[in-house]
Amino acid sequence: MNQLLTISFYGTAIALILIGLYAVLAKKNLLKIVIGLSIIDGGLHLLFVAIGYLSNGTAPIFSPEVVGQDMPMVDPVPQALVLTAIVIGFAVTAVALSLVIRLYRHHNTASIDQIKNLKW
Amino acid sequence: MTWLIIPIIVLVILTVGAAIYAVVTKNLLYAVVSTGLISLGLSLFFFILQAPDVALTEAAIGVALTTIIFIITIRNTTQYEDEENDNSAVKGGSND
Amino acid sequence: MIKKILIFILLAVVGYSLVDVFSYIPFGEHRDTVGDFYLQQSPETLKVANTVTSIVVNFRGFDTLGEVTVLFLAALGLSSIMYRRKRKGEKDVRAKKPSSRILQVGAQIIFPLVVVLGAYVFIHGHLTPGGGFQGGAIIATASLLMLITYRKFKVNHNTISWIESIAGVAFVSIGMVGLLKGMSFLENFLPTGELNSLLSGGVIGIIYVAVGFKVAAELTGVIDTVLLNNRPDSNNENN
Repeated sequence: MNQLLTISFYGTAIALILIGLYAVLAKKNLLKIVIGLSIIDGGLHLLFVAIGYLSNGTAPIFSPEVVGQDMPMVDPVPQALVLTAIVIGFAVTAVALSLVIRLYRHHNTASIDQIKNLKW
Repeated sequence: MTWLIIPIIVLVILTVGAAIYAVVTKNLLYAVVSTGLISLGLSLFFFILQAPDVALTEAAIGVALTTIIFIITIRNTTQYEDEENDNSAVKGGSND
Repeated sequence: MIKKILIFILLAVVGYSLVDVFSYIPFGEHRDTVGDFYLQQSPETLKVANTVTSIVVNFRGFDTLGEVTVLFLAALGLSSIMYRRKRKGEKDVRAKKPSSRILQVGAQIIFPLVVVLGAYVFIHGHLTPGGGFQGGAIIATASLLMLITYRKFKVNHNTISWIESIAGVAFVSIGMVGLLKGMSFLENFLPTGELNSLLSGGVIGIIYVAVGFKVAAELTGVIDTVLLNNRPDSNNENN
């Protein structure tokens, strides 16, 4: 049972990373590439929070019912890191999309095959 | 957490299925909606992993704000991926 | 064809290495980490109920300052990249037909409730799950609803700039007060109350309120710029 849980949490995160990486490498439309970046971000955040989990632990908040009893709590440090990472991922996606709009206005196409200035 | 095994399996299939569909489909509007669905599945994963702050942040930022920024970009560029058979109503520019 | 094979090989290598590394980290076991120290310090020394808030604002508060800076730079870069001068004959880019009756009435009812929910989330950030970033995002979503429904809903960019600047300056100056008093930057200098009351935690609640205002104003400005596609302080005739 623990094997199955391990596979489902870590496996989903690694599958999301690989699917996002495929979208960045193999797709030709600029918007698909930015969607792939966003999917990679989601997989990484899930991987971080899954590392900090403790079996039969509870959320790290000392509400009035929990104060005084010695309940095991999950690790709060990965959650604080992922909180920052989600907001920064959104900011990066927004700036990348504004660059896509700018490229479309200049070359009138959204496919990287036809933006010939970047080829060498 | 072992009694939550069936919702976890359903969530895994939903998230990975939405990710595969977002990469494979040619209609960009459907891909963006699938990305919102991935954010929803991730938010439920964070809730199961006992992290309520992270679940709130992912639901608030990933579902609403990211989707609207993607849709504005689609309106300013094309809607379909290969542009030869693009007979949609949205094509280029910013006039309606 | 050769490109697809190379991509497949790269994905296989990355996938195999990730699976191999994470097989050494068993799922759900207890390890002695710095999180144990924070979990013990937070209800006793700082008297803050939400441990993640105390880590984000107090123990690792400098990273939050960096995140607020990154958001500010992203909003700045977005509005400067998407600027273009008005061409002749370019009309307003929002929809021409007014939206349906259900949407208009519903948006009027829901908008103040969602704003109050967002304010509740960032005021009680140190007691319940939530905080400045979540509350700011909720308020930005409410203003997005109003922008979609009504053509005449205007967002005054001057007010938003002032709110954002004052909140950012308040965050840094609270940190500087800690520095002037002989302690380190962003140190807690107000008395901490008792656990689970609204005035507990000293400086932490005040910093989160400032962050909530700043994020709400910033994201509203970003959404408004992206929807209307013109620069904040340009003279636009259709607004």
